[in-house]
Amino acid sequence: MDRDKLLKWLPWVSTPVLLIAILGIWKFATVAFGISRFVLPPPEDVATALVSLVQQPDVWLVQVRTTLAETVIGFSSGLVAGVFVGAVLGRVLWLERAVRPVVVTLQVIPKVALIPLFVIWFGFGMTAKIAVAAILAFFPIMLNVLLGVRSVERGHREVMRSLDAGRWQTFRSLDFHSTLPYVFAGMEVGIVFALIGAIVGEYLGGNQGLGYMVVVSLNALDAPKLFAVIILLAALGSVLFFAVNLIKRWTIPWHESVIEKTGA
Amino acid sequence: MVHERAGAGVSEALGAGARPELELVGVGKTFQSRHASTLALTDINLSLEREEFVTIVGQSGCGKTTLLRILAGLVPPSEGDVKAAGRPLWIGGTRDREAVSKLGLVFQEPNLFPWYSIEDNIALPLKLRGLAKQQRRARARELCDMVGLAGFERAYPRELSGGMRQRAAIARALSYRPEILLMDEPFGALDALTRDKMNLELQAIAAATHATVVLVTHSITEAVFLGDRVVLLSPRPGRIRSVTCVGFGRPRQLDLQSQPEFQDIARELRHQLNEDADGS
Repeated sequence: MDRDKLLKWLPWVSTPVLLIAILGIWKFATVAFGISRFVLPPPEDVATALVSLVQQPDVWLVQVRTTLAETVIGFSSGLVAGVFVGAVLGRVLWLERAVRPVVVTLQVIPKVALIPLFVIWFGFGMTAKIAVAAILAFFPIMLNVLLGVRSVERGHREVMRSLDAGRWQTFRSLDFHSTLPYVFAGMEVGIVFALIGAIVGEYLGGNQGLGYMVVVSLNALDAPKLFAVIILLAALGSVLFFAVNLIKRWTIPWHESVIEKTGA
Repeated sequence: MVHERAGAGVSEALGAGARPELELVGVGKTFQSRHASTLALTDINLSLEREEFVTIVGQSGCGKTTLLRILAGLVPPSEGDVKAAGRPLWIGGTRDREAVSKLGLVFQEPNLFPWYSIEDNIALPLKLRGLAKQQRRARARELCDMVGLAGFERAYPRELSGGMRQRAAIARALSYRPEILLMDEPFGALDALTRDKMNLELQAIAAATHATVVLVTHSITEAVFLGDRVVLLSPRPGRIRSVTCVGFGRPRQLDLQSQPEFQDIARELRHQLNEDADGS
């Protein structure tokens, strides 16, 4: 009982301690080793840059908004396509066999290598970044759904069969619920990948978004701002991941991955 | 070879006019694989009267689960006919929906859906039959009371013990008031104490619901304790070795198991089982 309680509170104590330790080592390194401010700016410079960054409405209304929109739209497209393709390939065995070599090849291609192509096709606007985000999100979701539709428990199927349930009924009461945890597992990976796609897309072309800001700061050798933008990106990634995680908790509260585990 | 054809005696006692509730005529099952065909069951003839409790016992691999799956309409027999509630279960390659709707099936595993509460699991068959939510809920509550799950209606299956989950599975099978309850080693995964308790409760449930019950088990004690008749299957290929009439009155109490008459029957069945084991 006591141990469970302690474990529950532990992250609330350990996280600030770890953060302070990291900041301390960081500060110590900049002072003690005389590292150039262009390589590793001291934490207070980064803090100042971050504060001035978040006070500019332009950062939120243009840059964050652009990256967020690219990520969310790309992720949503990848989700819809991934669920559909995964479900079809999971159910239609011959089709999966037929396209497997192609799918595996596509999967091992470093997708960011395709970004210049997307720039040629879609230009320097948001569309190219959305396409990259969508493709990066698509694969983990598709593969998870494919696995999910095949992982319906045999015993559960027999229950539906013994009850003489129709196809639609079986889908609604069994396949749908049984596959949802796999969809969410894919989504949790997919949302992070979508953000990576959007940022790398912005690195390579365009004039908006947090990725673009990273490149601009780099070209200006403004290391504190570079660090500040990266912190903003990390925060954005966390928010997106926890949003997906929260939806998962609401949607499948019964699933093992949602139940609080303590070392009982 | 002991061959007590006690089943015929029961039929006569119930009168020639009574239609058998469940009937197997010359049922056999052959499993085809690429290289070989295995005869799993052969020449199964059995007929159950209404409200009769028949237990099927045999070593593992004797085809008792296959027999139950054939009765449940999950697999078609290779030969012979199955009739449930007067209707053939299989017509050509298709199951008769009317006959299947008279059957309730309980598996070795509870097979509850983890995403549904106990109440929704129990009421699942009613949902499939298109009953309104309120009716489903009312029936689920009634069944929870009956199988001793009152207060757990809103719980998820993972929050329940193994015995409670199996109770929920039985309640689910009973939800649509099937005439015939088919059970495949329903208490096999439970500890001995829980098992005794579940046996008593099952007896009470069978009496209260007036269901005809077929229960497959590998426990001779369980088979004799619960059954009006005990069907003993011999392995390779699975066939009926003997049918033993168990005449003890009901409700039966656990003390019965220590009485000489009970032990005589159990000993004879065990002897037959061992003979099969030695002979193969």
